[in-house]
Amino acid sequence: MNRNTLNKRIGYNPGSHIGIIRNLLLMSLLMVGFGCVSSEITQDEPQTEELTTTMIPITELEQPSPDPRVGLTSGLFDAEEAIWNLDLVTNVLPPENFVGSWNTDLAFKGNYAIQGNYNGFIVWDISDFAKPQLVVDYLCPASQSDVSIYQDLLFVSGEGTGGRLDCGAEGVSTAVSEERLRGIRIFDISDIRNPEYISNVQTCRGSHTHSVLVDPNDDENVFVYVSGSASVRPEEELPGCVSAYPEEDPNSALFRIEVIQVPLDNPEMAAIVTSPRIFEELTAPPRHGLAPEELAVIERTREEGRYVVDYMGQPRILNDRFAQLFLEQIVEERGGSGDATAADSLALKNQASELYTSWMDERLAQRGRGADLGPNQCHDITLYPEIGLAGGACEGYGLLLDITDPINPVRIDAVADSNFAYWHSATFNNDGTTVIFTDEWGGGTQAKCRDTDPYDWGANAIYSIKDGEMHFESYFKMSAPQTSTENCVAHNGSIVPVPGRDIMVQGWYQGGINIFDFTDPANPVEIAFHDRGPINDERRETGGSWSVYWYNGALVNSEISRGLDIFELIPCEYITQNEIDASNTVNLDYLNAQGQPMYVWPSTISLAAAYLDQLERNRELDLEKIAMIRNGLEVAQNGSGLELLTELASEVRLMADYSSNHSKMMKLAKVLDDLGNGA
Amino acid sequence: MKEVLLVSIRSSTALNVILILLFILTACSGVEPLTDSSGAREAETDSISRDYSEMETLYWSRVENSRMSFVQADIDFMTDMISHHSQALIMSNLAPKNDASHAVQTLASRIHNAQQDEIATMQKWLRDRSQSVPKVQIEGLMLMVTVEEETPEMDHGMMNHDTMDHQSGQNGGAESESDMETTDHVSGHTMNHHDMPGMLTQPQLEELAAATGREFDRKFLTFMIEHHQGAVFMVNELFESDGAANDNEIFDLASGIHAEQVTEIDRMKLMLEEMEVE
Repeated sequence: MNRNTLNKRIGYNPGSHIGIIRNLLLMSLLMVGFGCVSSEITQDEPQTEELTTTMIPITELEQPSPDPRVGLTSGLFDAEEAIWNLDLVTNVLPPENFVGSWNTDLAFKGNYAIQGNYNGFIVWDISDFAKPQLVVDYLCPASQSDVSIYQDLLFVSGEGTGGRLDCGAEGVSTAVSEERLRGIRIFDISDIRNPEYISNVQTCRGSHTHSVLVDPNDDENVFVYVSGSASVRPEEELPGCVSAYPEEDPNSALFRIEVIQVPLDNPEMAAIVTSPRIFEELTAPPRHGLAPEELAVIERTREEGRYVVDYMGQPRILNDRFAQLFLEQIVEERGGSGDATAADSLALKNQASELYTSWMDERLAQRGRGADLGPNQCHDITLYPEIGLAGGACEGYGLLLDITDPINPVRIDAVADSNFAYWHSATFNNDGTTVIFTDEWGGGTQAKCRDTDPYDWGANAIYSIKDGEMHFESYFKMSAPQTSTENCVAHNGSIVPVPGRDIMVQGWYQGGINIFDFTDPANPVEIAFHDRGPINDERRETGGSWSVYWYNGALVNSEISRGLDIFELIPCEYITQNEIDASNTVNLDYLNAQGQPMYVWPSTISLAAAYLDQLERNRELDLEKIAMIRNGLEVAQNGSGLELLTELASEVRLMADYSSNHSKMMKLAKVLDDLGNGA
Repeated sequence: MKEVLLVSIRSSTALNVILILLFILTACSGVEPLTDSSGAREAETDSISRDYSEMETLYWSRVENSRMSFVQADIDFMTDMISHHSQALIMSNLAPKNDASHAVQTLASRIHNAQQDEIATMQKWLRDRSQSVPKVQIEGLMLMVTVEEETPEMDHGMMNHDTMDHQSGQNGGAESESDMETTDHVSGHTMNHHDMPGMLTQPQLEELAAATGREFDRKFLTFMIEHHQGAVFMVNELFESDGAANDNEIFDLASGIHAEQVTEIDRMKLMLEEMEVE
């Protein structure tokens, strides 16, 4: 919509809004003086003073140099630490029975954090971030003991061959045994101080991780998707487990995930209801963002006048044999004969990609590639029921799944990347327009952040989602070189609910944790970190951050060997107090690692102030207008100008055309409206 | 003290690698950094106040103990997989020299990086359990695996050998503490290699080394798919053995090899098929 039509439609008078805002500004001068944090305005001649800002777009800020994460001294509980733009509120060691056993993933309910451990699980009361209290340490060994919660139920994954039904620690000594548990353990935690082990669901490949899915249309059941990555257990141990390939036996436990249905009234009856084969007929070939030298070659070739085709979203040089073949086709199609003309060459230039793609598709189909089964399991499946999507990180592929029917997930897109060893987990941004996949290269126990390890290996790959299709945008990796005794690779994290921005906190094992902004998915920027030195500087010991999640104002980090850390955001050049305050207005009742909640921000003064800070930081609205709106807010905040907020909201809508971020202005206007209406 | 004995040089038709078994006797160097209580830091609050040095002592003794439950199948797997991985290094080393495509070079350097690290992990696993540790030396197409063996001290402090579960070795390769304490190293040891699936023969390696460009790509992918399938087979075999892969370190490593190589097999098949149709 251009400005003229907009002006006409709403009877816009370019002069009027300034008048009202000026009045607001003057009022605020009289009543409260200046409280603007970020803009410098002097009290004299506010209208004529040139406004300046100290805020700098995050892409232009300088990162700490030299990186303080490099060269930290080692220690198990006394390693040197580096911290930037974060506050480490506390660290608590594991309870005694769990010392020396790996901590794993986290789940949250109310004021409790449940921490998985290879020895069982630990419940912490985190009401006071500074003093987490141990509530329960439940001994029941199994790897990896990843945990999830729904209402009064706690689900725990068991994959290793040593897990026992009776929670014994002695392991299982035979390859076939009635005592072995590989699958999901279910606990009743209605009394969280006394968890009750109520049932199991045994699965063929055990449960490496799992995801809990709540169907908005079904309040009687909850569903658990199970991903197993270990080999199939013997049929003698669990009937029906078939390790043969599906073409040999349609009951194969390979190439499928398992969906468990848990009746909420009767969770003891939990059972597998379906085993969808979401991987079938995957044909995406490996591809990756091209290296600069590859791009240079393609550019040179293009300049030399050779044909470059786009195949599966990537440029590829067409060899002479193909060029000749396609030219002959073109000549034939126009009913001509003999040598190709300049017009034919031009036609080929336009059609080369199409011709090449159909040639490849046809040949691959002839070879039966269409029936290929693709990966045979997913590591993690992140469920985002509010948008009806799931991200599956499945061996060599990243999958986008439609989960509107929870029992029958349907694959809608798949990507592959030759830089990715092992697709590990997926995280969506809040809007569901971007998805981040991680590559757990080396399985988490190897050192893959050395200065010799490439930036795009063992990293995150960020994709934008448009019309159900994923498009590669960039890689992101914790960039401080780690030692060869520190296991390090991309691992688990979650979205930090800073409104108007896409921000993620992530664990990198002994690479520590970091926070990055990927609002622009093509240009992710690190904005905070914490790292400890190696557990041991002479030999590699597994440790570091298994996962870190934002939960109601806390950044809770499950440290594999060092216990539980709680961090808080602190205001800095990358994030303002208003943005932090706004993030803290989000309140979750519970959180599971692989179940992504949609964050909804109540309309508050801090939300409006956070948007204003962002408009200022990103130079999306001129400073005078920002100052005016801020002062309007301040008047309202003092209770005397509440009725002005609605008026201010309409002014902001009018100003939206002067902003380079129209949608943020509209969001701001809505917040002001809500505030004005006493919402 | 190091004493090096060259005991045998054999050209194994099963492995088709030159396997030189060297027994290096080294005094046990007390690999484990047991506790150092000097750096205990002050607990921050009363309620979480703990004695960090006590906890650290407990930590390392638990870690030590967890490393003491293993069976012969675990040792065999680790020992064999070191040689198996080593051949992948030889193959991957060829890619840059033999003018492989960029995609194959990327793949090869990934395989090299991953498997080299895994070899170190497997060596560490064996060393931590006082087992013979194969050391790898590569010269061109030649793979030399030497066995570094630790002479155990009589007193291993916290190590609890009672929990060791020694099965009788199928090939006479099982080594027990008592074996290792004897001086008869020459007759008492052969490396417990059996036919490892997916290993290339020496002529196949030479064939690969002689190819360049597109031909190299094709052969590399073909051979590496086979090689990877062999590794996956070995992991499955491990999991079918009684009491095997019970310890977290080997479970994670073996599952990791399985997952990564299955992924790469699929990727290489696609690359190969694209090459073949083009």
